Amino acid sequence: MTVMSVTAGPKRGWKSISTWIGAVIVGIAMICAVFAPLLVPHDPFAQDLSKRLLPPFWMAGTNPDYLLGTDQLGRDYLSRLIWGCRISMLIGVTVTVVSALIGITIGVLGGFLGGRVDDAVLFAITTRLSIPVVLVSLAVVGLLGSSMTLLVLTLGLLLWDRFAVVARSTTMQVRNLDFVAAAWCAGCSRFRILAGEVLPNIASHLVVVATLEIALAILLEAALSFLGLGVPPPLPSWGLMIAEAKDYMFFSPWVIVIPGVALFVLVMGINLLGDGLRDLFGARTDP
Amino acid sequence: MLQFLVRRLIVAILVAATVMTLAFILTRLSGDLAISIAGPNATQADVEAVRKAYGLDRPLTVQFFDWVGRAATGDLGESYFFKTKVSTLIGERMPITITLGLTGLVIALLVSLPLGILAAVRENTALDRVVQMVALVGQAMPSFWLGLILMITLGLQLGWLPISGTGSWQHFVMPGIVLAFSAIPALTRLTRAGMIQAMGSDYIRTARAKGLSRASILLKHALRNAAIPVVAIAAVQLGFMLGGSIVIEQVFALHGVGFLAWESIGKNDFPVVQSVVLVLAVIYVALTMLADLMNAVLDPRLRGP
Repeated sequence: MTVMSVTAGPKRGWKSISTWIGAVIVGIAMICAVFAPLLVPHDPFAQDLSKRLLPPFWMAGTNPDYLLGTDQLGRDYLSRLIWGCRISMLIGVTVTVVSALIGITIGVLGGFLGGRVDDAVLFAITTRLSIPVVLVSLAVVGLLGSSMTLLVLTLGLLLWDRFAVVARSTTMQVRNLDFVAAAWCAGCSRFRILAGEVLPNIASHLVVVATLEIALAILLEAALSFLGLGVPPPLPSWGLMIAEAKDYMFFSPWVIVIPGVALFVLVMGINLLGDGLRDLFGARTDP
Repeated sequence: MLQFLVRRLIVAILVAATVMTLAFILTRLSGDLAISIAGPNATQADVEAVRKAYGLDRPLTVQFFDWVGRAATGDLGESYFFKTKVSTLIGERMPITITLGLTGLVIALLVSLPLGILAAVRENTALDRVVQMVALVGQAMPSFWLGLILMITLGLQLGWLPISGTGSWQHFVMPGIVLAFSAIPALTRLTRAGMIQAMGSDYIRTARAKGLSRASILLKHALRNAAIPVVAIAAVQLGFMLGGSIVIEQVFALHGVGFLAWESIGKNDFPVVQSVVLVLAVIYVALTMLADLMNAVLDPRLRGP
């Protein structure tokens, strides 16, 4: 059983162009992520010092083999960009899965059980919000050495707050609705009510939160990799690409413009899609 | 009111205690600290000497309660690298981080309040959509990248602002703009939503019926009510900005607390790292308490009996 709240006015949801732009961007990113090994024109890790810092196609003196030019070690920039998309999407999705598992469990339990449990959940959320995310992730990676798994676990353990807040508040609303009372009367178990009645009704809100979290995780990964404590080199994370190109940015600005624009467009696309879905579901995502 | 404050204070102390425990566990994650402090070329004897000198030979629980006991009296221990008190180090660097945070907040408010009011007054017009687009752009902007782009454009090509360092007030303009970007989306949306709600309320209809001018209705009546949550969230945002300034401090070579923490992570200087985590968390908790207080002071309806 599901409750649909209809708040969609004109030009909302799938009728809005921005939702479609978001969906197309996310679609392209997903294709790049999944089929990266087939799509890259060159080996993204192959260095060729005789072809260092070739400019991209819109500038003078380009090499048609390298559409977006090459980096400071002569690696094909387009191939690294596509591979970087794979890394960004992989981290965004896996971090969100980890944080969703933690946040939804905590939030639903607090909202459903109330009382002391809910006090503990609120306390956990307050504590989590007071912890500076970037600093703590940097410290963990700095102390334990950088690896993708560690990065995903660290960010996942830190980014569950919004899932918890939204899961808690929406569960509280659903808990008091008539069909839940009916399920109680019919003798359903607590688990059955949680899994069969509560979760399906808060799922749409959680999907919207998930899009926001994927975007946030991608931005955070890029920032951590930029600071040298995220994805380990030579993997072409967009943040790492910007960090490696930083020394050349005053002479050839495109070396940081290309990965930065890619990052911005991807995060923007995910957020546009998320906004569209929110309007479509009539979901709330504000804490 | 007093009861409310006492409860908030107890929660704040509990949060600080939890963060202390987490920060302690965090710095012990790497295994044997003595080995990492002594460095890769150290002999067994060196490691043992380090272990003794820093008290790392004691049981973990003793080390933990020692740290908590000292921190409660304001003694955060001594930095392994700088060989000075951590509290002195943080005290020296804090003004830069606070200046950066406040600059960012002021810029964010100067942008968000007018934009939010404009969007609310012209709700569902092209202007409204442009403002919402600005919020989306702000949300998607990688701050470190924006910083680099501003350095190239405003710094190098136009030569308007210094590229890095902390010599003058101009040094804080670019980092302030970058930091403001992280707060602008939330503040703009909140101002817009608050203004739309306020404009639809009964007291605005009364004010209109009395024949008050549009400016007076907007600024005196509607904004006063819409601003209450904005002011409160602004305090919380400042907390997030102080915590998030580590990236921007690194980009612009501002030697604030975030930069200190970043340096200390690279040097395994864990008393500094755990103290910065603790201090930032305490500041955040204090700012959220301040936000609740401001809510109560600004909105008499929340004060209660």
